[in-house]
Amino acid sequence: MSILVNKDTKVIVQGFTGKEGTFHASQCIEYGTQIVGGVTPGKGGQEHLGRPVFNTVDEAVSTTGATVSMIFVPPAFVADAVMEAADAGIELAVIITEGAPVKDMMFAKAYATKKGMNTIGPNCPGIITAEECKIGIMPGFIFKKGPVGLISKSGTLTYEASNQVVKEGLGITTAVGIGGDPIIGLSYKQLLPMFEADPETEAIVMIGEIGGDLEIQAAKYIKEHISKPVVAFIAGQTAPKGKRMGHAGAIISGGSGTAAEKMAALEEAGVKVVVSPADIGKAVKEVMGK
Amino acid sequence: MNIHEYQAKEIFRAYGVPVPRGQVAFTVDEAVEAAKNLGGKLWVVKAQIHAGGRGLGGGVKLAKTIDEVRELADQILGMTLVTHQTGPEGKLVQKVYIEEGADIQKEFYLGMLLDRAAEMPVMMASTEGGMEIEKVAAETPEKIVKVNIDPAVGFQGFHGRKLAFGLGLAKEEIGPFIKFAQALYKVYMDKDAEMIEINPLIKTGDGKFLALDAKMGFDDNALGRHPDILEMRDLSEEEPTEVEAKQHGLSYIKLDGNVGCMVNGAGLAMATMDIIKHEGGEPANFLDVGGGANPETVAKGFEIILKDPNVKAIFVNIFGGIVRCDRVANGILEATKITDVNVPVVVRLDGTNAEEAAEILKNSGIKNIIPAEDLADGAKKAVEAAK
Repeated sequence: MSILVNKDTKVIVQGFTGKEGTFHASQCIEYGTQIVGGVTPGKGGQEHLGRPVFNTVDEAVSTTGATVSMIFVPPAFVADAVMEAADAGIELAVIITEGAPVKDMMFAKAYATKKGMNTIGPNCPGIITAEECKIGIMPGFIFKKGPVGLISKSGTLTYEASNQVVKEGLGITTAVGIGGDPIIGLSYKQLLPMFEADPETEAIVMIGEIGGDLEIQAAKYIKEHISKPVVAFIAGQTAPKGKRMGHAGAIISGGSGTAAEKMAALEEAGVKVVVSPADIGKAVKEVMGK
Repeated sequence: MNIHEYQAKEIFRAYGVPVPRGQVAFTVDEAVEAAKNLGGKLWVVKAQIHAGGRGLGGGVKLAKTIDEVRELADQILGMTLVTHQTGPEGKLVQKVYIEEGADIQKEFYLGMLLDRAAEMPVMMASTEGGMEIEKVAAETPEKIVKVNIDPAVGFQGFHGRKLAFGLGLAKEEIGPFIKFAQALYKVYMDKDAEMIEINPLIKTGDGKFLALDAKMGFDDNALGRHPDILEMRDLSEEEPTEVEAKQHGLSYIKLDGNVGCMVNGAGLAMATMDIIKHEGGEPANFLDVGGGANPETVAKGFEIILKDPNVKAIFVNIFGGIVRCDRVANGILEATKITDVNVPVVVRLDGTNAEEAAEILKNSGIKNIIPAEDLADGAKKAVEAAK
């Protein structure tokens, strides 16, 4: 088992024939992901990476039966692409693109929600169900199969965490990179219950960072609804106020969104919070009693 | 990206958000000329820098005669203004805004930003005009009225009424206030603003609402479609090293410690700062070299980190994914040839081809490269090397 995606998930790629789309789609295919086609307006009818190219998402969905779309289109066109996917009946859009305007995502997410489509990202590494299905840009080999679910705002920190978990002799069910933009799709609060319900997931790692209050919302949710052990790390304990730390959403504004307040809320909810990012793997082993 | 008060007011004017008349001046003579053009008997001379608290720092002064305008402009232009937002080093004032004096009857606060939890903009108003809004929020939150505005429906009358009645406005004040707020919403949406702050918003003796101050910030990701805003950028207001880093695709922020950091990925870069602190050191910077980490970007990274004379050691922490560690290792060796790296460099490379990378570094024969086994080991060694 896993959450959201598995070996049977059929995926299309929006922005399929571009440089990024081509490179990462071929990596996903190599990993075993069922990439069943792609969309590049104006290139419909062609073949790319041995898969059909369509002009519209609608056409791609009705021909291939895809339920997930991986989006690589340039930032100015992300909102359009997300809304097209939602309109075509896609169930989950994984938005890899970095640099989408906040206003665009505000409209795109509202529309996706209205159409019942889930989104992951933007500006994220994607989602991977270990040894089954990789939809994103993460290095697949780091994610060995095992009992730990992973939710993270950061790309390389996701790899770091998975690597530590694997080195402890454990592994990953599904890892979701949710991105660090001010407006994102699925977040801790929506993903935690999925991991709680997944019989293969025995523990959950959540990696947060400064800015916003998603981790605080997660803490409240965990306290009331999550019975599986949770380990958390919050990046940016030493970040100065009012400075944007790489990610568009990683900023302490007006004194709120600090690592300290998030760590305190999570601890209060019974989460094992590690201060050092090097202790994630060890802490997982500890909470699992292994 | 942030802009100056006088620029924000230009935008306000174009959208029908009422502001006092004013003119920007780069020299004392221009300031005098501006005051004469404006006429009247009272002028305000305002330092233009990208920071709040200008009044308290002595950067905003009233003048009752043209001679006083000359005197104050001379005093303020070229001064180093220190406010709670500039840091102790302050900011050099290179321009002043000369504005007509206003007849202030009441002062309010009005601001707009993204409510991340609601995923839509929020407009906030308070009767505590002139006060720092963070302070009001912390001490007397009941004095702030907030309203979320769903962009799908836009600014409606009820949004305005909720704010107006929340502020306790009199009957005749409500109409003009709502008109003001509605125009402000349009500015925010049209210009992809990240933040607008009017502190204070005033009501004049003759019943008009005016933005006495104006602060605007924009979504960097949306600047591509706003060439007019991009033109307002004042690079002299930004940290030069941060600007230089950005030009090379690096994200750099200077901090106060002595352990330089070079990392791939923003989250891991923050985590690296954290672990340095955890091991008893102080990070000198945040630096995300991005996904590429090729010899050129690594060399540029070293160069930027070493501009800070406090740096006594550098911790290179790369988790190779799609980027192979052996290539990064070669990049580091190349970089040490391009840039003179005169402090110890602790290198931790993990992920794809990490073993090959370790081999390359070991055989390099470069004395000041110290290989590390993992994240914790690297942080410890870097903190030690900086002592």
